[in-house]
Amino acid sequence: MPTFWLVVSLLALSAAGYLLGRRRAVASAGGNVKDLHSLPSYYGHNVAFTTLTPALGLLAIWLLAQPMVIENRVSDMIPADVIPESSSLSLIMSDVRRVADGLELAISQGDMTQEESNALDTSTTDVRAMLGTMGVALGSDVRPEILNAAQAYRKLNATGATAMTVAVAILALAGLAWSYRQTHKDFRARNVVEKGVLSLLILAASLAILTTIGIVLSMFFETINFFGLHSFKDFFFGSTWAPNFRGDSELSILPLLWGTLFISLIALLVAVPVGLFAAVYLSEYAGAGVRSLAKPLLEILAGIPTIVYGLFALLTVGPLLISMFGKGGSFGVEWMTGATSVLTAGVVMGIMLIPFVSSLSDDIINAVPQSLRDGSLGLGATKSETIRQVVLPAALPGIVGAILLAASRAIGETMIVVMGAGAIAKFSANPLDSMTTITTRIVSQLTGDTDFASPETLVAFALGLSLFVLTLGLNVLALYIVRKYREQYD
Amino acid sequence: MSSDTSKHSGSLLALSDRTKKRNAAEKRFRAYGFCAILIGLAMLLVLVTTIISRGTGAYQQTFVTLNVELLESKLDKKGNRDLADIKKVTTFGYNPLIKTAMKTAVEELGIAHNLKSKALAGILSKGAVGQLRAYVIENPDMIGKTVEFRFLAQSRVDGYLKGRVSRDSIANDKNISAAQLDLVDALVDAGVIAKTFNLDFILGADASDQRPEAAGIGVSMLGSLSMMMVVLALALPIGVAASIYLEEFAPRNWLTDIIEVNISNLAAVPSIVFGILGLAVFINYMHLPTSAPLVGGLVLTLMTLPTIIISTRAALKAVPPSIRDAALGVGASKMQAVFHHVLPLAAPGILTGTIIGLAQALGETAPLLLIGMVGFIASNTPETLADGLLAPNSAMPAQIYEWAKRADPAFYERAWGGIIILLLFLVTMNTVAVILRRRFERRW
Repeated sequence: MPTFWLVVSLLALSAAGYLLGRRRAVASAGGNVKDLHSLPSYYGHNVAFTTLTPALGLLAIWLLAQPMVIENRVSDMIPADVIPESSSLSLIMSDVRRVADGLELAISQGDMTQEESNALDTSTTDVRAMLGTMGVALGSDVRPEILNAAQAYRKLNATGATAMTVAVAILALAGLAWSYRQTHKDFRARNVVEKGVLSLLILAASLAILTTIGIVLSMFFETINFFGLHSFKDFFFGSTWAPNFRGDSELSILPLLWGTLFISLIALLVAVPVGLFAAVYLSEYAGAGVRSLAKPLLEILAGIPTIVYGLFALLTVGPLLISMFGKGGSFGVEWMTGATSVLTAGVVMGIMLIPFVSSLSDDIINAVPQSLRDGSLGLGATKSETIRQVVLPAALPGIVGAILLAASRAIGETMIVVMGAGAIAKFSANPLDSMTTITTRIVSQLTGDTDFASPETLVAFALGLSLFVLTLGLNVLALYIVRKYREQYD
Repeated sequence: MSSDTSKHSGSLLALSDRTKKRNAAEKRFRAYGFCAILIGLAMLLVLVTTIISRGTGAYQQTFVTLNVELLESKLDKKGNRDLADIKKVTTFGYNPLIKTAMKTAVEELGIAHNLKSKALAGILSKGAVGQLRAYVIENPDMIGKTVEFRFLAQSRVDGYLKGRVSRDSIANDKNISAAQLDLVDALVDAGVIAKTFNLDFILGADASDQRPEAAGIGVSMLGSLSMMMVVLALALPIGVAASIYLEEFAPRNWLTDIIEVNISNLAAVPSIVFGILGLAVFINYMHLPTSAPLVGGLVLTLMTLPTIIISTRAALKAVPPSIRDAALGVGASKMQAVFHHVLPLAAPGILTGTIIGLAQALGETAPLLLIGMVGFIASNTPETLADGLLAPNSAMPAQIYEWAKRADPAFYERAWGGIIILLLFLVTMNTVAVILRRRFERRW
């Protein structure tokens, strides 16, 4: 862990810088603290920050950039004709990394020296067998080009690590020296330190943007790769989802989208009436006692992890539905064959969404001005008539917004559908059928053995991007509706 | 209008039909609302009772107490207690010892049966030989002596004692026969087989799908805790810094607007999308180790950051401006006013929000599956802190998911049992959050 120790020594250096800076400032004022521009600790902080921050920043950037630079340099070394028909550059590169890791392991175990590993030659040594004895399994024999690339990869990595340590150390020491020299009783240390802190705060705030950019870019590039391998038309307009790891897969989002929307619809059919009536009762009828008891209890449902709901769907609701609609069930119909079905997942997801709908609607109903209610009651309407004909219409845009947010949650929900909905992609209108969703397929395509050069794996990124766009669209729409509504009464 | 009033002009004391109808509608409407609340609460009740009734079984486990003679002729033929020689005996070589021990125990108790010795040993877990071998390697000088062992019973026997398995349900089961169950009954009466508290479930590691009786959640619990450490160490400082900037310093301009819209959108992005981000950026691009709690922690950090930022901003907003004005008035800089006065006053609110964010992260499963933190990986207890962060591990929810996927129903009990632990963690965290809020929150 050279990076770890580098960070530790940077911290130690900046701690020393703090003491040095503080002492120099006090000394420059002849021991009279009142002559200083800022409090003595600010001089110390200034030296400590100037030592630490640029060096840590460089370290972070270096760590991020080095793999990319080395990857490019090494992949340029691999001639195009080495790449087999069925393979791709990224697979070859992962072989290169495995060989390099194996050599690293061999050296750390003392099986060979640094020089020996650099002098290895495929014509004289069976590298695959040699690495095999150390527990590094390789899929095929090591070709000379790959070994060369692996050796270059290791060399570049070692040079990179050394260069990084040196550069970071120089930067830290330069920062220390410069800020130490600056320290003087007239130096405006507080202002400088505060400016530095402010820029750190800005950095933290922009991390939110970085995350979004990261999400979009990470999925975008892989999606482009996917459309390079698979037809755009089949993904958006095809009718079959049939991944086949031997190739020739039919990968269409439509059957998955159908399953997703069907399950979300059932979930909303459960959650919206129950949640809405609960919200109306809590905000219009319930006394303070009932409200203070029922509201937090309902909200517990929202705090339960989705894995619990998933297990509930798989092991309780599914078998219950089978005992009703399955073979030999109490209704004497054979509509259901397995415990997983659209209804199983939908009902359970609905339960999960009840508090979501109810607490959002509760807030919105409470925001309707009391004068509207008073006016309606004054005209002789009963309470329920007031609610139905005055309060709810006034709250309608907000409630629609809440339902859209709930729908977005339902579409993006993963564990409940992974465990409760099944794995069969089809268009069916029977809620007792097993169906699959976008999120389920993302999980199944990206877990287990994945090959990031095959459309069957890459399709998960296209699905993820579609999911992101879909939920983002719903959220933006919901927020727009809610905001527009709020403006009317504020 | 006149015809309308005439319809209503009846007695002042008796309600007209229309009023009755309206009153009935009113009552119905109110009843619907009440029913909705009841439905919600009933669901909560059903959920909680299901979890407790099906999960408590995992905390009890059936053990078989057995005297095993550690035959020198089988374990150490040369008789020189050379560890290398002893290690050469595979678990297969320990089978006869267990068979003999079982046979002797049954004979000593005088229980009549017509089972072969293989079926006798089949009452024990498949892991019993491994347990025996580990003991012998640890204590080579015990070879030749008779030692009392406490072996796990196999999961069907365990299920039989817990009422999950019955003679009818095993009709087609090749793992156990009715004759074996008869013997189990006799051994239970003799006190050889007994159900006791199962600490191994709470502290142990996951076991292969052949041995549900040995599976434990302890290692994945460590995985979850390591991730929470990462989340706390990163999300709290970054989240607080971002909120301070947005709430106290940010000028109203387009950049701030973009950041704000971004944060509220990120809070609603499906968790699985963060998993894809983690896979693409941390694992495929940065080549961080797959299945490492460090990566899981990074992904969960990005996921909880919006929650923490939103609650921290609310806490900062709740501190009245007079505090800032007072600080500025006695000569503090803006930065000093915020860090010396506003932040300490907002701390309880920030902590509450952070704990709730952590609780959310603790229950998250989907993104962890994508970065390889699947359940069956949790088989080795990490030894050092670095190991805990970098060695492959799982997390509690992923472990529960893994158990739920397995074919043997004995794992379901484990899954429900795991959920009890997970929920206990969440309840504790939320209670702490509520107490913090009640105790320290100031209203101005």
